[in-house]
Amino acid sequence: MSNARIIRAPFDPAMLFKLVFLAVVAIIVLVPLLATLFGGFKSLGELRVNPFGLPRHWEWQNYADILFSARYWQLLRNSLIISTLTVALTLIVASMAAFTFAHIRFFGSSMLLSYLTLGLLFPAATAVLPLFIKVRDLGLLDTYFGVALPQAAFGLAMSVLLLRRFFKDIPYELLEAALVDGCSYIKFFRYVTLPLSRPILATVGTITFVNSWNAYLLPLVMLNTDALYPWPLGIMVYQGEYSSEWHLILAFITLTILPTIIIFLLAQKHIVAGLTAGAVKG
Amino acid sequence: MARRTASVSAIGAAGEMVPQVRVRGPVWDGRLTVLILFLPPALLLFTLFVVLPIGEAAWYSGFNWNGFGRPTNWIGLDNYRFVLETRAFWLALRNNGLIIAVSLAIQLPLALTLALMLAERFRGAVALRMLFFMPYILAEIATGLIFSFVYDGDYGLVASIWRSFGAEPPHLLASTDTAMLAVLIVIVWKYFGFHMMLFIAALQSLDKSLVEAARIDGATQSQALRHVVIPLLYPTIRLSVFFAIVGSLQLFDLVMPLTRGGPADSSNTMVSFLYNNGISRMRVGYGSAIGVILFAICVTFAFTYKRWFMRDE
Repeated sequence: MSNARIIRAPFDPAMLFKLVFLAVVAIIVLVPLLATLFGGFKSLGELRVNPFGLPRHWEWQNYADILFSARYWQLLRNSLIISTLTVALTLIVASMAAFTFAHIRFFGSSMLLSYLTLGLLFPAATAVLPLFIKVRDLGLLDTYFGVALPQAAFGLAMSVLLLRRFFKDIPYELLEAALVDGCSYIKFFRYVTLPLSRPILATVGTITFVNSWNAYLLPLVMLNTDALYPWPLGIMVYQGEYSSEWHLILAFITLTILPTIIIFLLAQKHIVAGLTAGAVKG
Repeated sequence: MARRTASVSAIGAAGEMVPQVRVRGPVWDGRLTVLILFLPPALLLFTLFVVLPIGEAAWYSGFNWNGFGRPTNWIGLDNYRFVLETRAFWLALRNNGLIIAVSLAIQLPLALTLALMLAERFRGAVALRMLFFMPYILAEIATGLIFSFVYDGDYGLVASIWRSFGAEPPHLLASTDTAMLAVLIVIVWKYFGFHMMLFIAALQSLDKSLVEAARIDGATQSQALRHVVIPLLYPTIRLSVFFAIVGSLQLFDLVMPLTRGGPADSSNTMVSFLYNNGISRMRVGYGSAIGVILFAICVTFAFTYKRWFMRDE
């Protein structure tokens, strides 16, 4: 009753502590990000004496040079291709498997599901050497698919589990009615399950996309040609070339994380839901 | 909530009942078609790129092999002996332990405190949540590069603070004493928002009447927090700890731009140790042995954790 009002009173010391605490954490989160953004607008000399503040002289050239370079767009293009391939593969393969597990009872279905969930137990890194040899023997080394296929495979377990839970919540009276009316399972999947599951497909798609967009280890192992590098690899190369020209590196970082931040602001609901899926969906 | 959380979170959803569709008529054919068409792609993809490589890692780990031709030089368990005799391996293991310790001792309390503050509705709460979650969605590579600037001894933010006190700026990432500490700070910076979001989600689905009942019965705010809210959050806390440990065992991308595991292996994690010693030198047998050890640690941990801490959820 009145408690709420007391807590919200302007001079409550607990409230003051809370505000100060939140402000300190916010500053600690923001300062490195803003310093990166503004650092890209400074000259190297100014960066040295004034790494924190706003640029005294705005060097648009740093950003312009990168934006007008073929290299930057090539990196983004490669990342986009790999991520899109991974998302498409994951959504198609996982939704089909999830549909089967959700609606069809067959001998060994729970065993097969447990088999898939093995994928949640260990990171891709543990098997990355044999994976490299497998991808090489398949002739997929140095191709987009050589990165996208293993990425989709390692994201499969989580995707199938999330999709299956959602599919199971679709009232099966609906399925029953459709089957009685002569609709096949496959048509039901295509015309009922998938359209009804847009929210979960968006969630699974977004989390797969973000993971693939940010991934470093698999592309590092599978790709040898600079022209195929996604941006995390490209930015490491860039940093190697311009080792201490921090103003250029900072501008490059800013421009490469910009898409992530824009996507995050546009799709925050799906991203938060997807990335904390273990708990939120409970 | 707790039940379902456990099933998706970690180890498996097997054993849940699949609702049986009882339909009259010859529908088995339709179902068979689905089985034949819909299941194999997932199983094939998963078997080919996840299960087989792990099996092959166990096989390759018995060879001294550089990856070309066929493995022929069988050396038994020697690779495992070599790994266990490497000082860097134990350093990496210790660093993974450190990451877990920092996650439990600093990151988790911080995330919980912030979640309790931000789960209430007030102006700016949602914006702050998003801000704190932001580091988590940034690529590890970008985060690592940003902080290698922050820590840079000539141009970085830390150097500038040092200089304003008239001191000679340190090169934090270049010293064996401070490199791991610097990495740990970045880890907390990057991941606390994720754990905070887990707690906020849990707090928002909490039955508020329980807290109100406690308050009506005369419990103070902090008593209600300690004896009602926190116990209700135990499942989420266990989940958060699980994610922290699993995350530590796969940490790699963040370390590479910061230190590459150096100097002198002082900031390697298990995976960066695997990369530096197995992958980048194409020592397939040796690297596979490290992978198998890491796999064994992950699986043992997951099963033990589920059995001990998530038993009744």
